Amino acid sequence: MITVSGLRKAYGDVVALDGVDLHVGKGEIFGVLGRSGAGKSTLLRCVNLLERPDEGVVTVDGRELTALGPADLRRARRRIGMIHQHFALLSSRTVAGNVAFPLEVMGVGRAARARRVAEMLDLVGLADRAGAYPAQLSGGQKQRVGIARALAAEPSVLLSDEATSALDPATTQSILALLRRLNRELGLTILLITHEMDVIKAVCDSAAIMSAGRITEAGPIPDLLAKPGSRLAAELFPLPPAEPGTVTVTLAADQTLLSRLARAYDVEVALAGGAVEPVAGVPAGRLRLRITGAGTAAALADLRERGLLVEEDA
Amino acid sequence: MTWSEMSPLLWEATGQTAVMVGWSTLFTVLFGLPLGVCLAGTDRGGLFPAPAVRRVLGLIVNVGRSLPFIVLMIAVIPLTRVLTGTTIGTTAAVVPLTIGAVPFFARLVETALREVGRDVVQAAEAMGAGRVRIVTRVLLPEALPGLVAGLTVTVVTLISYSAMAGVIGGGGLGDLAVRYGYQRFETTLMVVTVVVLVVVVQLAQTLGDAVARRLSHR
Repeated sequence: MITVSGLRKAYGDVVALDGVDLHVGKGEIFGVLGRSGAGKSTLLRCVNLLERPDEGVVTVDGRELTALGPADLRRARRRIGMIHQHFALLSSRTVAGNVAFPLEVMGVGRAARARRVAEMLDLVGLADRAGAYPAQLSGGQKQRVGIARALAAEPSVLLSDEATSALDPATTQSILALLRRLNRELGLTILLITHEMDVIKAVCDSAAIMSAGRITEAGPIPDLLAKPGSRLAAELFPLPPAEPGTVTVTLAADQTLLSRLARAYDVEVALAGGAVEPVAGVPAGRLRLRITGAGTAAALADLRERGLLVEEDA
Repeated sequence: MTWSEMSPLLWEATGQTAVMVGWSTLFTVLFGLPLGVCLAGTDRGGLFPAPAVRRVLGLIVNVGRSLPFIVLMIAVIPLTRVLTGTTIGTTAAVVPLTIGAVPFFARLVETALREVGRDVVQAAEAMGAGRVRIVTRVLLPEALPGLVAGLTVTVVTLISYSAMAGVIGGGGLGDLAVRYGYQRFETTLMVVTVVVLVVVVQLAQTLGDAVARRLSHR
């Protein structure tokens, strides 16, 4: 749905994007994780060409945006929704007026516009606040208006620029749940950038890690977790420092792991640390185990065979 | 001087001030608003960046702002003649008043437009809005309270400028105060004129503030 290749962008001497390739599949929620200054914001703004990359090609929904003239680009942007960290709502317009804006841009008639606005506000649960001004809303409500506005023109893609970073944890969860629901119900493809691991954990199917203008890891989250030395796995499930004699097992699927090991190989399994929780819909996590007994080697081989990532700590 | 003697003089002068300020306010908005939009828009990172154009506009505006009004009024007399066919009287005064206020108002417009968040403008761009739409449907409506506040300051400045219009026979309250209050030692009339001026300025400011507040939904 979104393909980005060979993207480069520099601001003077500062290289914001240093050859970025990215592919976001249809109907996917794709998260780009990185610290501030990693270039993720520039990347997102290059996708709808708010920033023009120095080099590289951006294709969204089969259209090569980087090849379009200004008028065609404006038309293409109408098919790409965007939500913003600080909501970017028009303070002079009511909630309904804000949601109507993209429809006005598209030249939708008054009656159709009103219908669509009502529909969208219903979708995000703000039907009763249509006449309110943004200043009268809470942060979470403002972002819901932002989402309704972004989706009013029925885009195939939604770009989310740190959309939950200005919100408290509970509100963040409700906004993420809304995005997840819209993704499922409307088949919406979502590309989001965030510096919060929890966002990736909560809603993303795939993820990429960005640092210093480059993507260092990218792919479906279970695949990333199964990769040795994955930074994503380490950041998703931080463990205490490794000790000699322990093994670190990373799992990304439903596994009846411990009891089976103990039964089949006659080993003692002690838990030295770990975290497991659902990621992208499957239980995933990292466990630090101390396995002792004659069958230890065979037990580890068994785990590897089942596709788990086993790292013996030195 | 009795009240019945002062009254017609005051009414006439107030009317002249109203005519001068009214027309010049209208023309100031007509020219100053687009100029302010150009100043803000041509800036680096603006909606239609054009540094060279901006430098030229900025220079013109600064020249206009650096001339004392009384000097400007004399200096533009040839232009006044071309535009109004006369160089004296209330109508003639509208020309220098407008020229004096346009750069002033344009700077205030520029400042008000700058106050509109960059993210709001970019959100509109991301929705595929063109530049004309962004100016008319995003920048100006979002900046409206600030624009009204700027206009209020401009009107008050115009009232003050118009006091000097007596020099070219424009009449008005300031002229009345100078001719009767100062030159003929009519202290009572002087005091009354001052009171009227204070009241007029006060009314303009209060009205402007109320409108700005009414328009602001921040």
